[in-house]
Amino acid sequence: MGFKDLIFEDSARGIFRVHRSTMTSPDILDLERKNIFDKCWLYLGHESEVENPGDFRRRTVAGRPLFWVRGADGMVRAFHNTCTHWGANVCRVDEGNAEVFQCFYHAWTFNNKGELISVPDEDGYAEGFNPAELGLVSPPRLESYRGLYFVSFNPDIEDLVTYLAGAKDYMDLILDQAEDGWRVVPGAQKYAVRANWKLFSKNSLDSYHVAPLHVTFFKYVQSLGPGDPPPPPPESFRAPQGRSLALGNGHGVDIFAAGTRARPIAHWHPLLGEETREEIREIRARLVRRFGEERAYFMCNTNRLLLIYPNLALHDIAGISLRYFEPVGPDYMEVIVQTLVPKGESAELLNRRLENFLSFLGPGGFAHADDIEAMESAQQGYKAGGPEWIDVSRGMHREATSLDERHIRSFWRQWHANIREALKPERFDDLVQGR
Amino acid sequence: MVSDPEDKRDTLALAREVERFLYDEAALLDEWRLDEWVALFTAGGRYLVPATDKPEGDPRKTLTIINDDLARLRGRVERLKSRHAHREFPWSRTRRLITNVRITHVVAEEIFVTASFVVYRIRSGHVDPLIGHYEYTLKRVNGALKIKSRKAVLDLEALHPHGTVSIIL
Repeated sequence: MGFKDLIFEDSARGIFRVHRSTMTSPDILDLERKNIFDKCWLYLGHESEVENPGDFRRRTVAGRPLFWVRGADGMVRAFHNTCTHWGANVCRVDEGNAEVFQCFYHAWTFNNKGELISVPDEDGYAEGFNPAELGLVSPPRLESYRGLYFVSFNPDIEDLVTYLAGAKDYMDLILDQAEDGWRVVPGAQKYAVRANWKLFSKNSLDSYHVAPLHVTFFKYVQSLGPGDPPPPPPESFRAPQGRSLALGNGHGVDIFAAGTRARPIAHWHPLLGEETREEIREIRARLVRRFGEERAYFMCNTNRLLLIYPNLALHDIAGISLRYFEPVGPDYMEVIVQTLVPKGESAELLNRRLENFLSFLGPGGFAHADDIEAMESAQQGYKAGGPEWIDVSRGMHREATSLDERHIRSFWRQWHANIREALKPERFDDLVQGR
Repeated sequence: MVSDPEDKRDTLALAREVERFLYDEAALLDEWRLDEWVALFTAGGRYLVPATDKPEGDPRKTLTIINDDLARLRGRVERLKSRHAHREFPWSRTRRLITNVRITHVVAEEIFVTASFVVYRIRSGHVDPLIGHYEYTLKRVNGALKIKSRKAVLDLEALHPHGTVSIIL
């Protein structure tokens, strides 16, 4: 089968299928590494993780050990985590603060701007040896948007904001919710899933699975009693089943009314505890004053599942989750989840926000454990033989609701273009502005 | 080990009692007798699994994996008894090895205990060991030991390849 045939699309009949080999083939994973992970912008971290000069974090991006650090000059830089001498990792802990990074092998020493500042017994090198050429090496591109840093191994990639396309507006809708900025809470949920990484891109956008798969979560929530009744939606949100939107460049978003469900910003439910009720009401009132009732409704009374292509899910539901995942093999991925919180949030609301987050999300959550089971089960199913295709047709015939798969098709169209070494899909009607 | 020199109780008997309590608890969990297990907690009981990168993090301001008060813990037990808890339907087989049990100190009716664990989870063709230590606060209520808090600290650097903490750890 040629790469051209990996996706079957028949708009007239409303059929969209993806060949199952995309989820199992080592050859396709090799192509993904070359054409996607070496070509796209990839999430690195949040500015609050390197707040002060010398603060650093270690991270693997697309299988490459990197670290990133705020230099003494205040500038944030990312580096390949390898000494320019014999190659050992120069940063050997996950986080900290350092003026210098000394390689433990031969004690070559770099400052926190990446410059090689000391080589033991430098007299042993000839005149042609130039320490200025042997500083730590950065990935070709590093840019940030509102505190979220991304790297790219592609020197020719478009700037980050252009790349984010329509996803930028939804990042704004999330990031505007805090009055005094955001920070990543200490503690990361790090886990693996025995499934192809694209199952997580899909699952991160998909609302169709939520009611059937997460029965036990909703039973628990109902047992706690009712939340506050939601305010009526504005005229511009006449979408009781929400929307599934393609945002360009493979990004997508799923939007649906939060109803009575708990949102730290800003809708009260018993999950958030009686002591936070007044604070949450005040947060909403302030957002109405700053942005008007309509935008405040979208911020406080709708939930968002945003996917930044290819592998960052920014979820604004029970809290804000930053989830990034990357392939280790065709049937195995590694995942990191962190959570963003407003810098000025009270200790009571932060505590309740974290508990609320854990009820649904993460490896011990009442819902997410079953997402992981479902992804792993699908991966097992691809071994079964029989059907050759995955069906992604839902909602092809209508303005797509939150329960449809328009955003997931847009992911696959971008993926298909990248696999065939094209920058953009052939179908440009994907980019739809609006809610 | 900090022991209270004022404590006149027979420490050997207490050590035996605590060990026996932990082994019986492990048996309840391995046998999935979850209602009996959750009845071991005091009214204000808590169950905590910290994130692998912040084992000492305060759960009120640090992201963890599990941070249950008794109400959520009962919800967790109800969930695990449901056929809709797909990660654990059917239930995994588990085998808990609890060892190095130490009473670190005793304050009035509260007994502080640490113990090492290896919990094997066996399911779907995989054997995934969860390795770490427990920190318990046990409390004597009407003569019987109860769990006031139970923290399971993983030594793993990440849940690779486990994916979840879907059993009671």
